[in-house]
Amino acid sequence: MKIEVKNLTKKYKDNYALNNVSFTLNETKIYGLLGRNGAGKTTFMDILSGQILANSGEILIDGENPFDNQRLTESICLIKEGHNFKKDLKVKNVLKIYSFFYPNWDQELAEALIKEYNLHPESKVKTLSKGMESALGITVGLASKAPITVFDEPYIGLDAPSRKKFYEIMLEEYQETRRTIIFSTHLIDEVSLMFEEVLILREGSLVLQEESEILRDNTIAVSGKIEDVEDFLIGKEVIQKKQLAGMMTAYVYGKVEEAKMHGLAVEGVPIQELMIYLTERKKGA
Amino acid sequence: MKNSLDENKPIFLQIKEQLEDSIIDESIKPGERVPSTNEFAAYYKINPATAAKGINELVAEEVLFKRRGVGMFVTEDAQEILIEKRKKTFYESYMLPLKNEAKKLRIQESELMEMVKKGDMTNEN
Repeated sequence: MKIEVKNLTKKYKDNYALNNVSFTLNETKIYGLLGRNGAGKTTFMDILSGQILANSGEILIDGENPFDNQRLTESICLIKEGHNFKKDLKVKNVLKIYSFFYPNWDQELAEALIKEYNLHPESKVKTLSKGMESALGITVGLASKAPITVFDEPYIGLDAPSRKKFYEIMLEEYQETRRTIIFSTHLIDEVSLMFEEVLILREGSLVLQEESEILRDNTIAVSGKIEDVEDFLIGKEVIQKKQLAGMMTAYVYGKVEEAKMHGLAVEGVPIQELMIYLTERKKGA
Repeated sequence: MKNSLDENKPIFLQIKEQLEDSIIDESIKPGERVPSTNEFAAYYKINPATAAKGINELVAEEVLFKRRGVGMFVTEDAQEILIEKRKKTFYESYMLPLKNEAKKLRIQESELMEMVKKGDMTNEN
């Protein structure tokens, strides 16, 4: 499903959560939506899933607005970091309700997942630990098989082995049936290899949208004598630079081979680091 | 097979290079099947489309060929093709960094040549 975001703006009092954001997600891919706290990620996902309205601008999914749109809401599953389910419901009833809501619901997968995560069907949501509740969210998200599945930091309290299992099953599912997965998390290192495309938000604006492989190929950290590095940087887009003892390291858009030709030491920049440098609040700005 | 991938380099390139290395050192022989996109994706927790890109480039280079419904296999000429290709990038990948470091340490060319030869002798012993 094609997702078009057009001049999307959402204000909470005088604060812009999203400020005139536009982009298009054309293909069925796994997208990483990254940014610091308060960058507007959650607001975007809430509007996408039709839960809140924008002040101006719009999101169109296959040309339609998702707000109050039955056909679209059953195509989108948003799992948030908590409070996804009514506290008094039993696990089995949560699954039942969602199975009615999502036409592609996979009951077999849902049952396999609650077993995997040791969730008892008769337990009430309010008796679950944070990690268990997250596991239930993940179960619903994966089993929904919604053409657009959105995970907003879905694993608060979930331990590392359970997260690993989640990644494994998510990839398995994705291989079997491709669907658009939008994944927002602060644990970027753990998941960045799964992203096909990355979007980075900063203070309500989109600062980057790019395929992850292109990022890995085109963002480098070069180090060397200050004048050599400065010389290399001429005409290039510099993300960040730092100096120490006559040496400089610069994070820049460029190719490894080119930097090597200049005799500079060069490394790639992991997506996690790129996110940090791109979203640093500029001093005095 | 490496245990994990380097996050700083394009993933499809690493998948590609791993397969190339296995073919060059004959751990995978002509006619044998290589791991599928999904096997790579599951092993490294990477996006299957990324793994596919590495494998497809090797198909385009005639190192692998596809048997529909069965998988990807190593071609007869794979090893030869890859050795030729690697030779072409040998200077850039290995000689250039060597020369740069030598220059930094003020190692003369004659000195460098001696070291290259010395290495050969220890290998032979």
